[in-house]
Amino acid sequence: MTTLLTLALILVAIAAGGWVLRFAGQKATGNAPAFRDMPFAVAFGYVLGACLLMFSVWYFFQPTTTKSGVPNAGVVFFRWAVQFFIISAIAAFLFRALGRMVGTRGTKKMFRQMPLTASFGVLVVILYALTAIFAAWLAPHGQEEVFAKVNVLPGGNAATGGDPLHPLGTDQIGRDLLSRLIYGAQNTVGIAFVTTCLAFFLGGSLGFLAATLQGWLDQVLSRAVDVLMAIPSLIFALLLMTIASAWAGSERWLLTVYMIIIIAVIDSTRVFRLARAVGLNIVVMDYIEAAKLRGEGLGYLIFREILPNATAPLLAEFGLRFCFVFLTIASLSFLGVGIQPPLADWGTMVRDSAQFINFAAFSPLTAALPLLAAGAIALLTVGVNFVVDWMLHRSSGLKE
Amino acid sequence: MSALVEIRDLWIEGRSDEDWSPIINGASLTLNKGEVLGLIGESGAGKSTLGLAAMGFTRDGVRISKGSVKFDGIGLIAASAAKKRELLGKRIAYVAQSAAASFNPAHKLIDQHTEGPVQHGVMSRAESMKDGIELYRRLRLPNPDQIGFRYPHQVSGGQLQRAMTAMAMSCRPDLIIFDEPTTALDVTTQIEVLASIRDIVEQFDTAAIYITHDLAVVAQMADRIKVLLKGDEVEEADTRTMLAQPKEEYTKSLWAVRAFERPQKPAVHTGATPVVSVQNVSAAYGKVPVLHDVSFDIHEGRTVAVVGESGSGKSTTARCITGLLPPTKGVIEFDGKALPANYKSRSKDQLRQAQMIYQMADTALNPRTSIGDIIGRPVQFYMGLTGKQKRRRVEELLDEIELPAAQYIDRLPSELSGGQKQRIGIARALAAEPKFIICDEVTSALDQLVAEGILKLLARLQDDLKLSYMFITHDLATVKAIADEVVVMKDGEVVEQGPKHDMFVPPHHPYTDLLLSSVPEMDPDWLTNLLNERGVDNIGDAAVDKMT
Amino acid sequence: MQSVIRIILQRLALGLLTLFVVSIVIFTAVNMLPGDFAQAILGQGATPEAVEAIRRDLGLDQPPITRYFQWLGSAVQGDLGNSFAQANFASFVGADSGVRTTVAQQIAPRFANTMFLAAVTACIAVPVSLLLGILAALFRNSVFDRATNVTTLTSISSPEFFLAYVLILFLAVLNPVLPSLSNIFEGMSFSERLEKTLLPALTLTLVVTAHMMRMTRAAIINLLASPYIEMARLKGISPMRVIVKHALPNALAPIINVIALNLAYLITGVVVVEVVFVYPGIGQLFVDSVKIRDIPVVQACCLIFAAAYILLNLLADILSILSNPRLRHPK
Repeated sequence: MTTLLTLALILVAIAAGGWVLRFAGQKATGNAPAFRDMPFAVAFGYVLGACLLMFSVWYFFQPTTTKSGVPNAGVVFFRWAVQFFIISAIAAFLFRALGRMVGTRGTKKMFRQMPLTASFGVLVVILYALTAIFAAWLAPHGQEEVFAKVNVLPGGNAATGGDPLHPLGTDQIGRDLLSRLIYGAQNTVGIAFVTTCLAFFLGGSLGFLAATLQGWLDQVLSRAVDVLMAIPSLIFALLLMTIASAWAGSERWLLTVYMIIIIAVIDSTRVFRLARAVGLNIVVMDYIEAAKLRGEGLGYLIFREILPNATAPLLAEFGLRFCFVFLTIASLSFLGVGIQPPLADWGTMVRDSAQFINFAAFSPLTAALPLLAAGAIALLTVGVNFVVDWMLHRSSGLKE
Repeated sequence: MSALVEIRDLWIEGRSDEDWSPIINGASLTLNKGEVLGLIGESGAGKSTLGLAAMGFTRDGVRISKGSVKFDGIGLIAASAAKKRELLGKRIAYVAQSAAASFNPAHKLIDQHTEGPVQHGVMSRAESMKDGIELYRRLRLPNPDQIGFRYPHQVSGGQLQRAMTAMAMSCRPDLIIFDEPTTALDVTTQIEVLASIRDIVEQFDTAAIYITHDLAVVAQMADRIKVLLKGDEVEEADTRTMLAQPKEEYTKSLWAVRAFERPQKPAVHTGATPVVSVQNVSAAYGKVPVLHDVSFDIHEGRTVAVVGESGSGKSTTARCITGLLPPTKGVIEFDGKALPANYKSRSKDQLRQAQMIYQMADTALNPRTSIGDIIGRPVQFYMGLTGKQKRRRVEELLDEIELPAAQYIDRLPSELSGGQKQRIGIARALAAEPKFIICDEVTSALDQLVAEGILKLLARLQDDLKLSYMFITHDLATVKAIADEVVVMKDGEVVEQGPKHDMFVPPHHPYTDLLLSSVPEMDPDWLTNLLNERGVDNIGDAAVDKMT
Repeated sequence: MQSVIRIILQRLALGLLTLFVVSIVIFTAVNMLPGDFAQAILGQGATPEAVEAIRRDLGLDQPPITRYFQWLGSAVQGDLGNSFAQANFASFVGADSGVRTTVAQQIAPRFANTMFLAAVTACIAVPVSLLLGILAALFRNSVFDRATNVTTLTSISSPEFFLAYVLILFLAVLNPVLPSLSNIFEGMSFSERLEKTLLPALTLTLVVTAHMMRMTRAAIINLLASPYIEMARLKGISPMRVIVKHALPNALAPIINVIALNLAYLITGVVVVEVVFVYPGIGQLFVDSVKIRDIPVVQACCLIFAAAYILLNLLADILSILSNPRLRHPK
């Protein structure tokens, strides 16, 4: 009850602050338009923002350990978050500055118009791609290599149960977690990428075919897709995985292959819808009619007239689909039916280390382990989404 | 007496890509109470921007960089948002180009009408409602008592435009900005909207700024005319003076466009086989019949203009000829031989012989293909030319349409102006070396001067290459300019057809007569005379209804 | 009005048809299990009698079409068959003791729990996201708009378990305000139940609010470019009224759709969140059944999820038809 009362009091104080800000601004600037036309909500927002900022700064500089020597885990996590945020912002800024100086005229212009979020996204995607490709060189150990020391704590400090050989520690059967995290990029991202490509090939070609030919083919395909889309995708994937696991039996790699096919098919329905819609929008254009009346064949129509005009929306959709597939695979793995061991994979890592989160109060570093793997997943999807958001914004031509 | 609106040295910029480019360069304007000023110019002249600026309003991505706008002594640029809101709708009102898009589809007309007066505290809802019905009556809307209780989609375009004028009048403003209010309407509908707008503005002695690209329309409506070109002021004068003695070259050229007319060709001698013969064609979309028993011939080297308002079936006729819509009855003959009804069953050579040029050059050219490839494709497809030969032929074609080949061959359509795009469309048709070209409203999306250039080019090509044209249009000036024969269509039927000189001389079929007489003329008294002659109830939709 | 009723009836029929076809799809999928499935599930040491019992239970000895209609017929009456799980497998291995729980018995309480979780989430998420969406549209391009844009994009992109663990970290471990495990049982008081549900509900709220808020904003901003909004502004209407009175009524259809989509997601996509918080809902049951291949339960859950999904989409469809003046008031 008292918390609610305090909260209400703070809100009233901020509201009063907002009013004072606007009033003072009007007086001080001689009623400049910025203050004169300022709605109260905006003034409130400014003061609220300022208060939050001040609180954050204050919290950031709290000591990391209490007087009795126990780590103040809240501050530790907060500092990590803020530091990560600032470093990413600086990295994104530098990357954008670099892009503005190096490259062709087109890419320079692109970087000039790019918001910071998008350049951050591009940077993240590039880093992940590099990690995935060069995982074998980057990782200190193999992903399946088993060491004698099990359950080594992260930190690399022998005094706190760590080991400098394993900066992030080892898991319950003694595999190096840092290496598994790096290999996870290869496995999780790679498999998601392959799956998305497959889904695009399937859904895209059928979608364009349906849009160009129309008639009964379009009807049959569209109705089939309607039905498949009526089953929630994660549920459908889980159902099919049950069956697939019965087929795969003890061949675990086979299950991964089945998973790729299953998710690709389920996801291709969404691609089909988009490709068909985009295709239909293009097919009604007069230049398609002109090509038809010229007597052009189906191949020319699809590949030379429709496809070049559909790349922008398709590319954006590819990003979104990739995120979706990536999250689905991670979720399946998290639930224990996705990518199968011994392949390292982030979803499984989160599940295996989830209970460490309860140690947060004593050892923040240990508790960060599940968050690190989950964060690795989140970071990539966030990055891709930032890029896609910018692409969509740009292609929509919205100046607002 | 001080002026109602005073704009001094106004500069407006619009955001393009990364920087700001000028839209209006130092325009000044004075409008007195009760006066109507016509703002005229081609697209991109900045007339809408200037009109909105007179309300102290700029669209998103547009800003006023310099100058002053005063309304009744109040500086609008420096005024607070709240102060401007107080004026807008109450003392300054706006009538938009497309009434169908500018009425909110979710509310009834009368609710949108009363919103302004109620929000501004001018009238109560009940008063405003009563007043609205009265305004509907004065604007000669059918069923004035009930029409307000309909939703916008239930009312026709011309009626909506009048309802919007009523809405603008709802607070009895001192000034109304009319932004191309009749551009989207058919000629027969346009005339009644013009008449009712003019009446009501006179009755309430409202000042108005009338924005349009149509000289003849502005001549009916305005006391004074101001001509704009690419954001620059060209000249301003009293309407009659401006029509009689334009000073500037640009204004004169605008006036001259209307005079372009090709001489009538001699009649085709009887017995000649027409290039295209449409014989008793009927067609339907699904089960809805759209064409009834349409017949006409197009001879070698001749232009047949197919005229009609929207929904008359002229484009459908073209679709039947090209084979996109197989007719339910009748045949299309080409050089005396029947063509297969569906384009898919026609031979490559049959397809090559008949080409098409589209209204919207934007959608007719693949935006991802270079000009060279757009024109080169039919060259390669039909003539089998490749490599250097193909390129040479493309260059020839570009010469033919008066575009320097070296400069344009590698460009994308988006790097061309509207008129240039239309020329590329013509070159693509020519590349197939056809005998017959369908021109579907090819000039209606273009400014008058540009359109004239296209018409002249088409006329020259016809003489050089003995082409036959089927010219689909709703614009009678275009018909006058280029046609040899005219086919008038209405509701999917041919109402009248014959040589051009016969068509423009009475007696006509009553519909042709209505169509012809509804086209505004450059005479400021034209509308008044017409109304005197026919009476207010004998124009527009009412007249069309009476006839059928 | 007549035509609206006709359209709605059409949609209803279409929805039923879809559900019917979906049931066929689910049934067919399960029938693609390899022939020796009964053997596989019991392992090598199973007695032939036990294998036979499972085969009989799945009805594998009958032709598929008969089986399908038997299954569908009893499903419509609420009988979803018997579960393999809670019954001791020994009862299969030995003589059939007949003490197996029915699927319906297992699902019913869990379904209620999931609905409760979904309802709590919806109560928080729908008003918050509508309000935020409208505010973001009103103050578009401001700092507030950009900050919400980045925040929501981040929360949409993150996997649910990431959000869940972050919330657990801050709200359960570091500041023990809420319990991190949702051990819900029957006979709990409402407030206790609410407290236990709050953390999973907050996780779900983060996910769906972001999505709904962005769509609301996009739907409104999309409309702000239309001429009738410019007209309203030129009539001197205040910005808030322009949005509420002129934009919102026309943005209803997309907003309703996105709300329905997210509600559907709440009922069906809760799987991961339920697993993280060990929330005894239908999603967790589904995952557990998938792992032990408890086919009747998997099948039943799937059907329920699909039905909920179709139903909500149908509802959204009908509501957006009703919100369209063109359909409500034909010419």
